[in-house]
Amino acid sequence: MNELWDWDAAYAVLPELLLAFLKVTLVVTVVSTAIAAVLGLVIAILRMSVPKPVAVVISFVGDFIRMTPIVVQLLFAYWTFLSVDPIIIGIAVFGIHYSTYMAEVYRAGIESVPKGQWEATKALSMSTSRTWVAVVIPQALRATVPALGNYAISMFKDTPFLLSIGVVEMVRAGLTFGGNHFRYMEAITLAGVIFLLASYPTSLLISRLEKRLAYNY
Amino acid sequence: MEANFAALAEAAPRIWEGLGITLLLTLGGALLAIVIAVVLGLGARLNNVFLRGICRVFIEFFRGTSLVVQLFFFFFVLPQLGVDLPAMVCGILGLGLNYGAYCAEVVRGSINSVPTGQWEATTALSLSKAQRMRRIIFPQAWALMIPSLTNYLIHMLKGTAIVSFITLADLTFHTEQLRQDTNTFFAYGVSLVIYFVLAYILTLMMKGLEVQAKHKLGRGESLRDTLSLKAPDTAVAAEGGKG
Repeated sequence: MNELWDWDAAYAVLPELLLAFLKVTLVVTVVSTAIAAVLGLVIAILRMSVPKPVAVVISFVGDFIRMTPIVVQLLFAYWTFLSVDPIIIGIAVFGIHYSTYMAEVYRAGIESVPKGQWEATKALSMSTSRTWVAVVIPQALRATVPALGNYAISMFKDTPFLLSIGVVEMVRAGLTFGGNHFRYMEAITLAGVIFLLASYPTSLLISRLEKRLAYNY
Repeated sequence: MEANFAALAEAAPRIWEGLGITLLLTLGGALLAIVIAVVLGLGARLNNVFLRGICRVFIEFFRGTSLVVQLFFFFFVLPQLGVDLPAMVCGILGLGLNYGAYCAEVVRGSINSVPTGQWEATTALSLSKAQRMRRIIFPQAWALMIPSLTNYLIHMLKGTAIVSFITLADLTFHTEQLRQDTNTFFAYGVSLVIYFVLAYILTLMMKGLEVQAKHKLGRGESLRDTLSLKAPDTAVAAEGGKG
């Protein structure tokens, strides 16, 4: 019972961790990333096309969300919408929180589109929507892909914060197992290993993508 | 509403204590993180493959496993190995190691982006390696890395909100207490504003550090000049400072 590493406990906890990983951690990461990617773009475009005072308000709200803890936001939403499933709350809060980061990425991307491109759309008398969809966004997105990928990874590693509102994601599953068996070693270590195995190759992939996109640009 | 403020006034000493815990974690974690970041960041540039490898493994390990996993490892697993650390130490260790690893990449990247001419100049002046780093390269890299370090400092402040799970009664913990006496909107509204103000103050302080670091390099005015209300001295500014 007292040895450093108990393989039986490791085999017992691994399926539970993987199940929580697939059913909660991955689902939240993927869906929230999609929400954040779309919402972030909407915020970035909105901020550049509304009157200045409105843009200032949007920026402030964005800063406020970005500079306050996601745990507090999760708890706030959890107690406000008690009837909603916590995992939905989690997906929404993660999506909104990270959309404020992604809006900054898109803003930089949009600003990096050369002025001549805007002028060309004017010369061709393109409509505003067509300018954005056909000219600006495709060029802006190219530069933003790696940064968006990095935020997806950092969201992935933030998913254990969900345990604060009682969602059984991987770390919570590990803690529960540890509490029931009076052994945390295997559960917590394996949770860490799974995080590492999932995030390290992904971040390598993103840095390769970054080099390729930069080279072709 | 008045009842809410009465409850807030009553809870104020506890919230103040919780704020102290949050700040202690943030600043303790930040100090540990910067030490680790500089050591690992310099280590990851060594020519010695073995030492560089150790630093890289360390950085990728602490970046790749989640912050919460590391906190829980120190708090729940270490006692099983006979190492029983106080919760506060676990918190600072977890935050410091995790963000130290992230910041190590910032330190390494900033050092690498100091212009080649500066490195060549130190060779021309036959400075030793230690002198080169301490007197020429690092001060310039330091000015470059401050904005990224600020981001991680804010991340760290936000990360502390999870520590009630390792039994620390921080600001978030006392917010939950206040919620039971008032309502969700009021209690969490107060808490979010406090976190925001804290983050804002930390950002301003780091901005101050950046101004100072740049001033030492002879770029821009000093921190005292920036903070003073008198009109900037244009004659000095035109010379590019005395740095």
